[in-house]
Amino acid sequence: MTELAGVHTPYTVPVVMMDVLQITVLVLVAAGATAVVLVRRPVRQVVVLSVYGVLLAVLFLVFQAPDVTLSALTIGAVALPIVLLLTLAKVRKPEE
Amino acid sequence: MTQAQRRWIFLVAGTGLAAFYLWGLSGLPGFGNYPGPYGPAILQVAVAQTHATGVVSAVNFLYRGFDTVGEEFILFTAASGVSVVLRHLRGERDRSAVDEAADRDVPPTSSAVRMVALVFAGPAIVVGWWLASHAQTNPSGGFQGGVVLASGFVLVYLAGEFLVFERFSPVDLLDVVEGVGAGGFAATGLTAVFLSMPFLANWLDLGQYPGAVSSSGTIALISFFVGLEVAAAFILIVGELLEQTLLIRQGES
Repeated sequence: MTELAGVHTPYTVPVVMMDVLQITVLVLVAAGATAVVLVRRPVRQVVVLSVYGVLLAVLFLVFQAPDVTLSALTIGAVALPIVLLLTLAKVRKPEE
Repeated sequence: MTQAQRRWIFLVAGTGLAAFYLWGLSGLPGFGNYPGPYGPAILQVAVAQTHATGVVSAVNFLYRGFDTVGEEFILFTAASGVSVVLRHLRGERDRSAVDEAADRDVPPTSSAVRMVALVFAGPAIVVGWWLASHAQTNPSGGFQGGVVLASGFVLVYLAGEFLVFERFSPVDLLDVVEGVGAGGFAATGLTAVFLSMPFLANWLDLGQYPGAVSSSGTIALISFFVGLEVAAAFILIVGELLEQTLLIRQGES
């Protein structure tokens, strides 16, 4: 990590702890993405996708990008699942 | 083509891809190491230059404001496209929002869902508005705020019925709000041109000190317009999809 001149933060989190946290979240995101692909029923897949959206938002938060966190949270966990669910409701077969 | 031939083609292509991929990875800068000149330069000058402590918003709405105008109109075009594609077609008719299938017992919305939706609808709208109007001071902005604002209205649908959602968010009003949002962004940029400055230059007073809500000039104004546009566009898109799902059916009237 590069050192920023003149920037002092009151936080003193050991670097090792941050590394462990970042690696943990990266593994969770990879697992989440795999889970989305492995779930085969579309409606359940949308729910898993929404959870994956939350994981992705946590990833951005852990990597110190709060703006992107908010975007990922609103789009990945809320907007995309809503649009997908409505589309599924429209195209489902009448007898189901 | 036989199975063996397929496997050979895959092996050759896969090896080639892996080789190029690893070659590319080996040339990347180290983790967390940004070699470009722009990041440090922006961090040095942004707060003093714009009086915005939300430097990401300063980048979004000022330093690369021209790109953001484009993104803004992508969403505007998407909402227009959805409206056109999902319009009433000839041979389609409205039907009641109540399920008509005789042999199906549709459970009513549970009171738990209604309760949660009611409790969160108000806060979602407040938080969305707060996010959209504090881009200059906090990690937030019109895009995120707009979507949160819109989800407040979707919660109104969950708590009630489609007709309530429709009454809360009339399409004519949404069209106007969306137009004002998208046009306001462009007008803010063009005003700078009329004042003989570059397009989207910050022509408003920067405010007394960085970090005040009234600071940062056009950055706060543009974030406000983006919030309007995104909220209206998203409510429009969800509303159109809901209408298409619930009301419009193919067949003779």
